[in-house]
Amino acid sequence: MKTETRSEQFHPPSVIGNILRRLHIDIPLFIGLFLISLLSFVILYSAGSQDMDVLMRQAARVGLAFLLMTALAHVDPYQFKRYSALLFGLGILLLIAVLILGQFGKGAQRWLDLGFFRFQPSEMIKITTPMMVAWYLAEHALPPKPKQLLVASILIILPTLLIAKQPDLGTALLVASSGAAVLFFAGLSWRFILAISATLAGLTPILWHFMRPYQRDRVLTFLNPEADPLGRGYHIIQSKIAIGSGGIYGKGWLGSTQSELDFLPESSTDFIFAVFAEEFGLFGCVGLLALYLLIISRCLYIASQAQGTYSRLLASSLAFTFFVYVFVNIGMVIGVLPVVGVPLPLISYGGTSIVTLLAGFGILMSIHTHKKFLPHS
Amino acid sequence: MSRTYTIKNKLVESRLFLNRIIAAFIVILLLTSGLIVRLVYLQIVGHEHYATLAKDNSIKIEPLVPTRGIIYDRHGKVLADNTQSFSLELIPEQISNLDETLLRLQTLLNISDEKIDQYQKQRKRQKRFASTPLLISMTDEEIAKFAVVRPYFPGVDIQARLVRHYPYAELTSHVVGYVGRINETEMKSLPIAEYRGSTHVGKIGIENTYETELHGKTGYAEIETNVQARAINTVNSVPPVPGENLYLTLDIDLQKTAYDALGDFNGAVVAIDIKTGGVLVFASRPGFDPNPFVIGIANDAYQALQSSEDQPLYNRALRGLYPPGSTIKPFIGLAGLEYNAISTDHNLFCPGYYQLPNVSHHYRDWKKGGHGSVNMSEAITQSCDVYFYSLASTLGIDRMHSFLQQFGFGEKSGIDLSGEKPGLLPSREWKRQQHNQSWYPGETLITGIGQGFLQVTPIQLARATATLANKGNVVTPFLVKNIANPDSNEPAMENHPSNIPLKSENVNSIISAMVNVIHDPHGTAKSIGKDINYQIAGKTGTAQVFNIKQDAKYNENDIDFKLRDHALFISFAPADDPKIAVAVIAENGGHGGSVAAPIAGQVIKQYLEGNNEN
Repeated sequence: MKTETRSEQFHPPSVIGNILRRLHIDIPLFIGLFLISLLSFVILYSAGSQDMDVLMRQAARVGLAFLLMTALAHVDPYQFKRYSALLFGLGILLLIAVLILGQFGKGAQRWLDLGFFRFQPSEMIKITTPMMVAWYLAEHALPPKPKQLLVASILIILPTLLIAKQPDLGTALLVASSGAAVLFFAGLSWRFILAISATLAGLTPILWHFMRPYQRDRVLTFLNPEADPLGRGYHIIQSKIAIGSGGIYGKGWLGSTQSELDFLPESSTDFIFAVFAEEFGLFGCVGLLALYLLIISRCLYIASQAQGTYSRLLASSLAFTFFVYVFVNIGMVIGVLPVVGVPLPLISYGGTSIVTLLAGFGILMSIHTHKKFLPHS
Repeated sequence: MSRTYTIKNKLVESRLFLNRIIAAFIVILLLTSGLIVRLVYLQIVGHEHYATLAKDNSIKIEPLVPTRGIIYDRHGKVLADNTQSFSLELIPEQISNLDETLLRLQTLLNISDEKIDQYQKQRKRQKRFASTPLLISMTDEEIAKFAVVRPYFPGVDIQARLVRHYPYAELTSHVVGYVGRINETEMKSLPIAEYRGSTHVGKIGIENTYETELHGKTGYAEIETNVQARAINTVNSVPPVPGENLYLTLDIDLQKTAYDALGDFNGAVVAIDIKTGGVLVFASRPGFDPNPFVIGIANDAYQALQSSEDQPLYNRALRGLYPPGSTIKPFIGLAGLEYNAISTDHNLFCPGYYQLPNVSHHYRDWKKGGHGSVNMSEAITQSCDVYFYSLASTLGIDRMHSFLQQFGFGEKSGIDLSGEKPGLLPSREWKRQQHNQSWYPGETLITGIGQGFLQVTPIQLARATATLANKGNVVTPFLVKNIANPDSNEPAMENHPSNIPLKSENVNSIISAMVNVIHDPHGTAKSIGKDINYQIAGKTGTAQVFNIKQDAKYNENDIDFKLRDHALFISFAPADDPKIAVAVIAENGGHGGSVAAPIAGQVIKQYLEGNNEN
């Protein structure tokens, strides 16, 4: 009896719904993502000096990313679980390859040139790290015991360090938080979370003591961009002026004046939120945050309904990491967080982060649409 | 073996997980609220403030450009400094019709189209509110003309800027180099924050190598400005840190002597302080006046420099590749002694040519009829080719290659200038790779007299000579003695990379043969040995620019000047306690002894006798 009601719930009667179900697409999530992508074009058109070429290039990337999402939604979550360790190992190897190749090139190296396209292993590891940690923890009873905690920590720290060494602090941070999110959802005890936070806070002054003056300088600029107003701090000052001058209702679409004059180089990428806030004001900002919250809520709902420990942990971690993205970017642009190079998810110009993000949503859809109707207690 | 399994409790896990989802959701809501609070603060509480900043008043971050470091010679004479100059600058943001304004300025001040183009290029790289120069180094007349009409040109103003100045002009063009406007490729590689406001960057020479030190650190001022972008209040400022001064080892008076001594010849003179490796003279003739490059050289003037047959833009001392000719002989001779391939008292009869066994080709001596019977010392003194054909044949290319390599032939000298050429020290392996051919015995012979594939730069030649004078203690040449501090001494010789293991009696016999080159009646450079109270050791060289046919006779009067042989001379003095090593190349000079040696003689004389006076 119970099975029947569930299956009814799971077969929306409409034709379109039927098609979408066969496509393994989650309708609410899809609508949210679609809306935000549309919004992205609207803002990009204004921030990118009303250049249609910019829009077309971005549209091509978004289209490809949606295709990838749909493809991944078709894969049975069991397959993700099965290949977790393999994919993670591959990602680590590629990261090492990038570091070694970087020794020969000059400066930062994040790309692996595959001839026909360039591939960024750090993007892949953003998804495979939570997959790996979820896979490992799902093999054991929850909450994790100290030994599993230790292994999981190593699984998180290894890719984090490899990426930090590229050096790409922003991505390293996101990878670390995606792994930490798995631990959190796995039921890491609150006492332990508090203890770790306290230790980290306690270690900071000691670390500071051992740093060389130039390293301290770097940290200071990192924490306080205003100390470097000719470099990145310049953006922060200008971005605050842009956001503040937007007021409650904003200056209207294409009405941004500050971005036009001052920080064009990053107004389409990391600092696009400042353009949005100037043009659409507080109302727009709250609306955008609400849209993000809707997507995140749907993802958390999917996680809560997921079957099996692996699927739950992975789904919830992907949902939470998406929020971290949003929070770190907006926090940086409005001047409450240090400047790290993290784009505004689904809105900033650029292909790599969109592909990774939509791949993550593809996995979430796969988890949600491949449930097996086993009788459960 | 027993293992304890923790039994999974699905119900407990599910409840725990749901709790965590709820906790996460609460955290997300709290953090989002935090963002909204901050947005409310910026967009409602701070709105008026920021709107004013954005609209009427604005905080502008004005870069404060550091003063570029000054470059001095070893005696404190200024080789590069900054002079005040007035430039006409435009701020695009404040000009309603830029093209029209430019046109009006063009007719008023008679500005060339080229300068307008240059300005447009530079403007596009800058912020719209940045002041960008259109004319640099305005004349008094131009200043007066503009001053009258200034009210009709909003956004255009005369600014005092510091402009780099090179008082010795063509004398230092290849060593000090020059600064020029930052171009697009440089814009991408320079640290953008450090160069906000900087218009110039070191292009070549010391100006380029020591760009970081000379540039200094850019400061900034946060300036509150009104609608007309006039500064009304400086909120906060961090002063710039001026660039550091550089003290070179170069002696500009000696440099001038060398440059003048080259006379009408193109060529190069390099002199090294043997005790330290400090470069005393680094002259490449012809030079060019670097000052026009600073303010932006006119296109036709640049074309003229570039297409000139004398190639004034070419740094001969650093990048000029010449066959060393007979100047290689002391090194080949030393190789012979070190490898025990020959002894000092071995005599060889020179009939004026040399033949390889079973080959009919005559390898000719420069002296028709030959030198008769000569030993090592006489062979160096008289520069007998046949003796060295024979020695080269005995040594073989492999041993010559590895011996010459120790003296720095075929590799960059490591001097602190960029763009150095490594020259070419041929070997079997090189020829196989480069030409896919095996090494021929005839090529060994001509390598022995410094012809064939062998190519050296003047700085390499001077370095090898200094190393020989130093009895195998390798000298690494450098130009910058000190950064910022004029008082500290030159770095000592101690930490040099390698010492060539040489027997001192071998070195001494080569050096005494080189002394004979100047002080023996048969010496090829005996003309410079007169009237000096110290001994010079040296070796002349004549490098063929083209090959003479087997039976033709070389007559320098008959052939085109540009095809005449290069004259070379290497030397060091005093022979018993070497202080200075000099290498001279006079292109198409004909004979090393008559043309190149006197140039080195003058440099040595001024250095040693000038020093004695002090």
